[in-house]
Amino acid sequence: MSMKRAFGTAILAGALAAALAAAAEAKPFRFAVSGDANTMDPHSQNAGQVTLILRQIYEPLIHRGKKLEKIPGLATSWQAVEPTRWRFQLRRGVKFHDGSDFNADDVVFSIKRALAPTSNYAIYVDTVADVVRVDDHTVDVVTKIPDPILPDKFTSVFMMDKEWSEKNNSIRPQNTREREEMFTVRNTNGTGPYRLTTREPDVRTELARVDSWWGWQDKGLNDGNVTQMTFRPIGSDATRVAALLSGEVDFVLDPPLQDVNRLKQSLRVLEGPEVRTIFFTYDMHRDELLYSNVKGKNPFKDVRVRKAMYQAIDSNAIHTRVMRGQSIPTGTFFPPQVNGYLKSEDVRHPFSVDAAKKLLAEAGYGGGFEVTLDCPNNRYINDEQICQAVAAMWTRVGISTKLNAMPLATFFPKIQKDDSSLYLMGWGVPTYDALYSFQSLLQSRDGQPGNGIWNYGRYSYAEMDRLINIMKNELDTTKRTAAIHAALRIYREDIPHIPVHHQMIPWAMQKSVNTVHMANNQLEVKWVKLD
Amino acid sequence: MIAFVVQRLLQSVLVMLAVAFISFALFRYIGDPVLIMLGQDFTREQYEMLVRDLGLDQPFYVQFAKFVVSAVQGEFGISYRLARPVAQLIAERLPATLELSMMAALLALTIGVPMGVYTGLRRDSWLSRFFLTISLVGVSLPTFLIGILLILVFAVQLGVLPSFGRGDVVKLGSWSTGFLTTSGLKALVLPAVTLCLFQLTLIMRLVRSEMLEVLRTDYIKFARARGLQNRAVNFGHALKNTLVPVITITGLQIGGIIAFAIVTETVFQWPGMGLLFIQSVNNADVPVMAAYLLLVGFFFVVINLVVDLLYYVVDPRLRIDRGAASGH
Repeated sequence: MSMKRAFGTAILAGALAAALAAAAEAKPFRFAVSGDANTMDPHSQNAGQVTLILRQIYEPLIHRGKKLEKIPGLATSWQAVEPTRWRFQLRRGVKFHDGSDFNADDVVFSIKRALAPTSNYAIYVDTVADVVRVDDHTVDVVTKIPDPILPDKFTSVFMMDKEWSEKNNSIRPQNTREREEMFTVRNTNGTGPYRLTTREPDVRTELARVDSWWGWQDKGLNDGNVTQMTFRPIGSDATRVAALLSGEVDFVLDPPLQDVNRLKQSLRVLEGPEVRTIFFTYDMHRDELLYSNVKGKNPFKDVRVRKAMYQAIDSNAIHTRVMRGQSIPTGTFFPPQVNGYLKSEDVRHPFSVDAAKKLLAEAGYGGGFEVTLDCPNNRYINDEQICQAVAAMWTRVGISTKLNAMPLATFFPKIQKDDSSLYLMGWGVPTYDALYSFQSLLQSRDGQPGNGIWNYGRYSYAEMDRLINIMKNELDTTKRTAAIHAALRIYREDIPHIPVHHQMIPWAMQKSVNTVHMANNQLEVKWVKLD
Repeated sequence: MIAFVVQRLLQSVLVMLAVAFISFALFRYIGDPVLIMLGQDFTREQYEMLVRDLGLDQPFYVQFAKFVVSAVQGEFGISYRLARPVAQLIAERLPATLELSMMAALLALTIGVPMGVYTGLRRDSWLSRFFLTISLVGVSLPTFLIGILLILVFAVQLGVLPSFGRGDVVKLGSWSTGFLTTSGLKALVLPAVTLCLFQLTLIMRLVRSEMLEVLRTDYIKFARARGLQNRAVNFGHALKNTLVPVITITGLQIGGIIAFAIVTETVFQWPGMGLLFIQSVNNADVPVMAAYLLLVGFFFVVINLVVDLLYYVVDPRLRIDRGAASGH
């Protein structure tokens, strides 16, 4: 062959190979969840369905790895240069999807945006006093008090492009005073592995792979091969399962529990714990309960009554019958993935109807009493069924329990107005550190921001408060962990809650889908490999 | 005639105001939208600021008056859940619901009326009895069960039709239609069938009983005595006279189909107004619910008006009466 012809053939062969390779690599991924994200603004709504989509598009300074450990994200390293000053070195060469560079100005802007009054992400930046640009790729975060878990919190704060936000009038997250839709509700500009191509709320959201994302270079970690993803919300449980069985979707994040065993037979189901614990709690501050027939005193103030109710619960029955094996019964109020977990304190008080009755008699309630149990019916997995089972168990030992189940929209306002005597709650830990649970649920409500904001039973114990304050300020990890463990011991003895179980979340998918299960119930599509 | 229409329009305004008032009063009991919007972590200040921004701290009659005034101007506020103008949301979802409802109504009519006529004419044939028995299924099985059964058979086991969604749609101006694409048409089949079954049964049985009734009347006997062909008698005279109650019922039912296709839309994840409404209820999204209920009230009012006007067209007796009254 002549040179020209050989050359031409080579080019043709090369082009063909490239075309075939490109065609072979197109990997579309369709996944279904029961609810849709209601906004694309990264600082507006702190809810699982929203962050599920946003985390494919936007990135925080610090990522969570496959075991939820902290790994460098948009920041390559971070240190506490002073007790109240954290220094972050930013990754170089990162670009937003619209081509502009990522630098310190964007970090300053984003953190301040998360601090805005209309932001739902303020909890992750609650100790931040100021953010200072040191140079183009270094940022200092100044805190009000020494905050040992600032890096943990920063894994949930997404970075936005300052110039893009200013240009599109989105300096602050959703302002409800405006009668118009904000640009960031349906538009995005992030640094992440995927970018938004189509957004039809409640119908579909489509994302396309960004080949120039900095993380693809780390082939060991980011080994996914999805080139295009379509996210479909399907509210009806049966329809969602049907869509998976018929092959119309590849992945379902939240299959209903009763179908899991059936799905295991023909498809793949990844099971794992969720960082969410279900427990019962009560009004511990009133002198007379609002919804009980006991006059003149409050039975829940007596630890013997609380222990009796604890021991009346047959947690194995709940695990096998109500949850069909899909739960992790527990004696503590956060799972092992959370920093501070102590296995020796994760032991339930034994189930014993006789012991329960004996304790009630000792406390002076041998004849039993009546009480109303408030319960959500559309929030946690099988929440109403758990309440029904437990109400029957308590009635069995003499505490005649009336169940009042209601949707979340009416349940939350009720307990937040302190209008309940006894209720079920579920609690997640977005910072993966015990302080979040202790501070919000068990610290005395003294008006300081964050203290006991979900402590509606008004549990108040001085030693517990002292230990929680150590958790807040102590930078020495040994001392801090010791405080957490001591607090867990008090938790088990004093029973401010009756824990039930950690939720388990099964992920169902076609057999051709491979991924790693995450306890925060957030799928990272950059780790999804399609056969 | 004109007086009649004007009178009805004025009544309609009263009806809409009553609907708005009652729904507004009910919204106080569906939950706190601000708490839903704020999620798990928020401060007292954030809560109070949002309450003020949304105008929820004002007394009931002030909020109601504001709502009515803006509604009249076509301004329905902004959705708490989706942070978008409500009017835009409803305009986006309306085509989906209307296409589905119209298809279901069409199916119910085109299958129900002939079936009703047949079972009326041939009362004792085995086919009639078969239709009647099968029709019991349409009435007694709940909509969501029928929907799920159809999904199981046609989507999961046979794999010929999609189990959810609307397929690909084509936008013609502001109307998005599923009629122009194969996936759109395929997606329409199962939901339309699910939705039409109840109406179909109703219409069939109604036409049947009316036919049986009418076939016994004198004018039918005289028509037969005169020697008119069966076809002329059955369809020209009998069927026409059965249509008045059928139109009334169908009219009311269409209003019901449009307004309450909620269950079907939920089962099939059909992105229409019914699904929007259910999601709004779950999230205490008051602006969307208020707008939706007003719209539904409006639909019923208009449909009732059209039904009443159709009486004149169909039933000559009404025309004659009115004519005599005004003729002196």
